[in-house]
Order: sequence, then structure tokens, then C-alpha cells
Amino acid sequence: MEKKSIKITINGKEISCFEGQKILEVAIENGIDIPNLCYHSDLEPKASCRLCIVEIVGRRGYQTSCSTNAEDGMVVNTENEEISKLRKTNLELIFSQHNEKCNDCIKSEDCRMLHLAQKYDVNISRFSDRKKDFPEMNFGPSIYFDSSKCIDCKNCVEVCAKQNVKFLEVREEGAFFQICPSQNKNRDCVYCGQCVVHCPTGALQEVDSIKDVEEAMRDANKTVVFQIAPAVRTSIGEEFGMGYGAVATEKIAAGIRKIGIENVFDVSVAADIVTMEEASELIERVSSGGVLPMFTSCCPAWVKYLEFYHPELIPNLTSVRSPQVLFGGLTKTFWATQQEIDPKNIFVVSIMPCTAKKYEIKRKENLVDGLDPVDAVLTTHELACLLKKNGVDLKNIEPEALTPLWGDATGAGIIYGTSGGVTESALRTAVYKLTGKNPETLEFCAVRGLQESKEASVKIGDLTLSVAVVNGLSNAEKLIEKIKENPSLYHYIEVMACPGGCIGGGGQPVPTDSKIRKLRAEGLYKIDQGKKKRLAHESEFVKEIYNDYLNNKENIHKICHTKYGKKEKENSF
Amino acid sequence: MSEIISKLKEANLLGRGGANFPVWQKWEAALKASDSEKYIICNGAEGEPDVYKDEYIIRNYPSDLIDGIAIAIRELSAKRAYIYLNHSYFDKYKDILIELIGALPIEVIAKGKGYIAGEETAICNFIEKGFAVPRQKPPFISDSGLWGKPTLLNNVETFYYVSKVNKGEYNNQRFISVNGDTANAGTFELSNSLTIEDMLRGTNNYPDFDFFVQVGGGAEGLIMLPSELNVSLSGCGAIKIFNKETTDVFALMEYWADFLNCGNCDKCVPCREGVYRIYEMVKNRDIDKEKLFDLFNVLEKTSFCALGRGVSGPFRSLILKLNFEKYGKEEH
Repeated sequence: MEKKSIKITINGKEISCFEGQKILEVAIENGIDIPNLCYHSDLEPKASCRLCIVEIVGRRGYQTSCSTNAEDGMVVNTENEEISKLRKTNLELIFSQHNEKCNDCIKSEDCRMLHLAQKYDVNISRFSDRKKDFPEMNFGPSIYFDSSKCIDCKNCVEVCAKQNVKFLEVREEGAFFQICPSQNKNRDCVYCGQCVVHCPTGALQEVDSIKDVEEAMRDANKTVVFQIAPAVRTSIGEEFGMGYGAVATEKIAAGIRKIGIENVFDVSVAADIVTMEEASELIERVSSGGVLPMFTSCCPAWVKYLEFYHPELIPNLTSVRSPQVLFGGLTKTFWATQQEIDPKNIFVVSIMPCTAKKYEIKRKENLVDGLDPVDAVLTTHELACLLKKNGVDLKNIEPEALTPLWGDATGAGIIYGTSGGVTESALRTAVYKLTGKNPETLEFCAVRGLQESKEASVKIGDLTLSVAVVNGLSNAEKLIEKIKENPSLYHYIEVMACPGGCIGGGGQPVPTDSKIRKLRAEGLYKIDQGKKKRLAHESEFVKEIYNDYLNNKENIHKICHTKYGKKEKENSF
Repeated sequence: MSEIISKLKEANLLGRGGANFPVWQKWEAALKASDSEKYIICNGAEGEPDVYKDEYIIRNYPSDLIDGIAIAIRELSAKRAYIYLNHSYFDKYKDILIELIGALPIEVIAKGKGYIAGEETAICNFIEKGFAVPRQKPPFISDSGLWGKPTLLNNVETFYYVSKVNKGEYNNQRFISVNGDTANAGTFELSNSLTIEDMLRGTNNYPDFDFFVQVGGGAEGLIMLPSELNVSLSGCGAIKIFNKETTDVFALMEYWADFLNCGNCDKCVPCREGVYRIYEMVKNRDIDKEKLFDLFNVLEKTSFCALGRGVSGPFRSLILKLNFEKYGKEEH
């Protein structure tokens, strides 16, 4: 149904918008700043921080603009002396529950609360800190929750429920309700980090791995290599004012070199190997009556979700390792031999859009010759912090090529960073593997886009392959229900835990919302479009590595495959 | 306009939960709402301290109460009605109510925790999800209440009088609970046209000592002085009498603040943090008036729901009228 166009006036300026839009939404679209903290366009308006109050001519009192519909002819004023005073007092109250630890807060660089404090002349210590003795805790090796900084907006609880995880919950403690990890033994964190990107404060952050990386960098015996995930290249620029979705691959390489790391690898190269292995496994399962549908396993939050909430479906997971783990394994074997470095002295750092990747690298099933393939994961956001700390400004840096040794990733490996990308890459190669010919069109548009659930049927020779692609874990849950009813619906299912896939990951820059996710995804497709090679099996490096190293079952198994198992609750407090 | 709604309009029956909203308008809004699946809630949360008129009605006139609800069910062709009672009333009266309900589609349920669990949208959330947090209005519950369906919510006393109006037995009365520093505490059915002073005198509750009263409930009711009682009672039917000489006003304010701090839902900033800071100041007997009045302002002007907006009322009126800084230190 077409939305009715209406006109409202904000601060004397007439604006066209649509019926049903909230006033705040309209203001944001038109570059009008109304202070807010609990609002996030991914979530229902909660109207709890009370900062976005506005005056609507003809109505009594003030209304919260996040929750009030724009109506035709409405006249809205966003500031007056009283509104400023009320915002100031409410901000003082918000600061009274927020224990300021700005010196070591990863969000203090661009803290929304501090900006507002400056704007409204707030005395941030007018009231004593109510929560100063509140606990800090880690959820696995991924997420750090400092409840003394929490301002009770409950965005995290909503987004955790939206992920069908329901690990974060509201519990009554004395006179207050507060946010706590669930004590229910049937609920556990899957480390997706959506709580982090929806938190307006620094209460929820990634567990800090910068210190570990700095320590390795100081160690003269260590050879430190960085490997960059696909989705990082079109988001990190946001941290440096380059705009949403800006492609920064070579600037990242230059930036990392600037802080003293020579070897900057591209995880997309390993994604091409994952594609090869997954395509083979899928064909094998389809032709030999194996367990179907086959689920992707590149997303560690999805893997944890399945292992914890649906262990009965573990056999459906592909045994292929995720690109970062596979690549770390190759670095510590193939590359180590080539470079004549003792693998024990190689320190692999992954730059990931993701908090769950910090968890994935601790999985003991992934050890390669007794070593963890990857030693530390920095989120996109952490890499930006590390670069800034060292005075590196990506916006103004001269681009440099990634370490060429591994060849150039194909477009197929790049689009792994967005929902549908893994499937599209696998389809491009599966068609080749089954028919000996490349597909006529490389764009499998049915699996593209940020909608929560997509599906396609692809005719390859006599086989019609049915695939489904979902992002967001409650959408995965819906799909699980569907295939439990009818197990033969699909052959292949790609699941990414985060909205839009890795471009919307829990380690990505804040803000992250649907418009930003779309631009980041477009950036990746643009790179793919511009690549000469867009099929994993055409990568020179892939051909070489299968020829030189992955040429026997033992090596393939050791580097490329893993196993999964039922998980018990890991986070009890 | 239907017969009962005309009668309610003619009788000028106002809601007895405290907001004084014309009953016929609520009924008409729910009747006119387009969705044919409709619900009714009879609010017997009676969660505010020192108010027990609804209990009096449930105990003494349960048949009239159920008759009032049954009239609403018929009028709206409602799918189901809920009698929502605080735990104490639920335990005491559910059996008798269930017996009287018989085959009517009325369910008796126990209230959620906290004072906020008596607020109409919080009741809807509680019945649906077991979690008593208020909702954004609009939509009003007459359009979108329980499960998003048109819902009519009235107080226990209101439904009682609906039955009386229907039978032609309503004579502009109301129930008032009176307690505090008096020997004649109780619940009384009185004419609405009486002044508060007449209500106290007529029930033999007018003190012979210097006093003040809290009118409309023992948490958010307003403080009134003897000289101000020549007015009728608006809001919830409760009057509490305080002996001015023996009342510790700080203890009284601490009681309110503690009750509200524990009874609110913690959703919005001014109510969650503001009420806590009022409690802190009052408890420590260390009031910073500038802070306090800043808190009153954000509570009144930016709270999410009526509970938060009403917090400042008793404090403001007490501070204004009792010259509280000198209270108890004056010569008598």
C-alpha cells in the first residue's frame, strides 16, 4: 500500500514526509537534530530516555518525538528554554546511573552522552553514581558488560529477544529493575554482539583484545600478521569520516603497515577456499544422500546458537571451517614453511566485523598441529581505535596493496560479508563443478538484498537446487521450524546471525542501522563487480594451493574441516 | 446512542479510579471501535495505600459489581471480561466472585507486582505477557488494548454504579475511605455534592485537633489544610487524616518516596532516577530544594505515564502548605 504523503513543520521549516512516520524519524531524515539515546531505528520506540521531547503546537505539554506520529499540518518545535532545562535535568539523571569511566571506555572517542552533556551544559556529577558498585562481566571471550554504565534503555534486551536468544533480561533487584544475564540454564549468549551495536553507551562493548595485540607487536620473537575480513573494508571508513559504505581495502593495508605490521592478508582469499570445499561437500551430500539441508558455518554466533539451542541439527552444519580459521591454519603451516618461520612464533590477528569471532578462535576443535590458527580478533571498531591511537588517519592515507603473496581474492570471496554472499559464491562454483561451465549470469539476485529471508531455486543440469538465505537468528529459528515440518524443502541454507550479514555485525562501527547496512553491502557488491575474477575456482591462488598444499586428504582435513558438538551453558553468574 | 450509554451520560457518572473521565465516553469509544473482538477489564488493583473503598464494594456488593460488568459485556458483545484484583483481594474474594459469575465470560485474575501494575496499559501488558509496564498512548485502549483489541476498563466502583444507573438507583453517590488519626475510620457511601469538610463531619471524622489531610490516596494524593476543605472531592475516594502536631512529615515523605520508588516500573528516566533521588534526599533528611524542584519539573513534564506525572503532587503540596522546613519546630 502506498503511504500517504503529508507535510509537517519542524522549527519553522516545512517538510514532506509520510503518514505513519514518527516525528523523530522525519527530523533525522531531514538533518534536524533532536537529542535522543534510547531510540534506534531497528527497534520499537521505547520513549524511555525522554530526551527527544518536542513541543507540538496545539497540544498540551511535551511529546516524545520518537513515539509520536507525524500528522498532516503538525507544527513542531524541538527547542525552547524549558525543553533545554528539562533535557539538562534528565541528562543529569541519566549520568547519575552511568558510572563515568571515560578514560578507558572504548566509546569515549565519540560518546553520545558526552556530546549531549556539552550541548546542554550538564553537570554530570550533580547526583552521586547510583551504580558505582555494579558488577562488570564478560560473556565468553566476546562481550564485556559493565552494568555500572548501563542507562537502562533496554535496547540490548529487545535486540537479544529479537535474536531469539533472550540471554539478556530484566530482573527485579530491590527497588529497581536491572539488566542481567539470564540464570535460566536453557539460555546462553551466542556472542553475536547485536547488544553492543544497539547500546547507546559503553556499557556493552567487545572484550578488548587491543592489549593482547600490542603485546605481541612488542615481542621481537613474534611475526605478527593481520588478516582482514570481507565486511571490514566497507565499514571502517565510517570511523574516519569517509562516509557509509566507502571502500577502504587498500587504506586499511596502508594503515596497518603504518603501525609496523608488514603482512596484511585478505580473508576473502580463504573465503574462496571455503567456497570450493562447501560446494564439494554440498554436491557430495546431494549425490550420496547425505544430511540435508546443509547449513553454512561461517558465522560462529549461528554455530553456537545451533550447538546450544538445536544440537539435534548439528549434523546439518557443513564441516568446512570459517574463512578466518582456515586462513590462520594455512598461515601457520603453508606460509610458515615457505617463510621458514616457526609457527609458534607467528601471531595471527583477524580484523573482523564480529564479536563472536573472538569466541570462534578459542574452539579447540580448530587446533592445527596443536596451535590456535588465530591468536587474536580485533573488531572493525577496535582496529579503528588502534589506528587512531597511533595517529593513523585512514581518510588521508595513501592506499597500499594487500600482501600480494596470496594472490588477489575473487569477487566471490568479497561478497561473503553480506547476507546471501556465501550462497552466491557457492552457487557460482557449484554450477561449474556440476556442469564444467560457469553460470551464464554471475549475479544470483534472488539471494541478494537485506530482507530477512530469501530463497531461490537454481537449475543446474538435471538438478534443481533449492537454497534459503536468512539473516537474524529469529529468522533462522523460523526456518528451523519450517524444515522440521518438511525436511526436504531445501538443499542448502545460509544463516548469518546479524541483520544483513557481517556488514551488520556486532563488531562494526556504531551507528549501524538498515540504511548503513545497505550502503556497506552495496560497497561489497561494487568491489565484486569491478573484479576481473569473480568465481572462487578461477582464483590463481586457489589453484596453486590445491596443487601445492591442499593436495591430500590429510592436509585438506587438517586445514579446512572441523567438527561441532552440543554446548552446555557457558555464561553463569 | 444506546440506552445504557444515554443513561450513563444523563447520570453524569465519572470514572472512580481517580481520573474522573466521563464513563459514557469510554463506553462509546469502545462500542464504536471497528474491531468486533472486544475485552473488558474491571480494575480492582487498588494499589495505592490508604484506599480500600473497592474492597468494601467487593465484600458487600459483589452481585452489583458483576451486574455492572455483565451490562458492559452485553453492550459491547465483549468476548471476555477480567476482574483484576490485588493479591489480597484475589485470595479473599475470588471464590465468592467465581460463584456469582457462574456462566458469564468473566475471569478473576491476580494483579502484577508494584503500584504501576494498576495502570490501565500496564494491566494489558501484564495480562498478555506477565510484565506490568505501561504502553505509549495513543493508541488508547478503547481502540487497541488487550491483544490490540478494543478494551473497556473501569474501576470496581464504577462498575458498581453502572449497575445502579441501569436500575435507576443512582443518586450521585460515591464511596470514600477515611483513615489516619481518627477513631471512626471506615468506608462510607456519601453524596458527591458534599464538600470534603461535610464528608468528614458527616461521618464523625472531623478532628478536634490541628490537622491536615491527604486526599485521593496515600501516595499520590494531595495535602490539604482544614481551611481548604470547603470543596467537593475529585479523584480517588480516599481521605487520610493527620494530626499536625504528632506527624513527622519527613517520615511521611519518606514513606511516599519509598512506596513510589519501589512501585514504579523503572521504564522512564525521570520516574526511575528522579523518584530514587527524592527518596534519597528525604531519607537522609537532607533536601536540596533546587534539585528537588528540578526533579518535580521533569517528573511532571516528561514522565512516560500518569504515575510519574503524579509523583510531585503530595510533596509539592506538603512543602508549600506545611512550611516543612520549620515544621515541628514552631511554637504551638
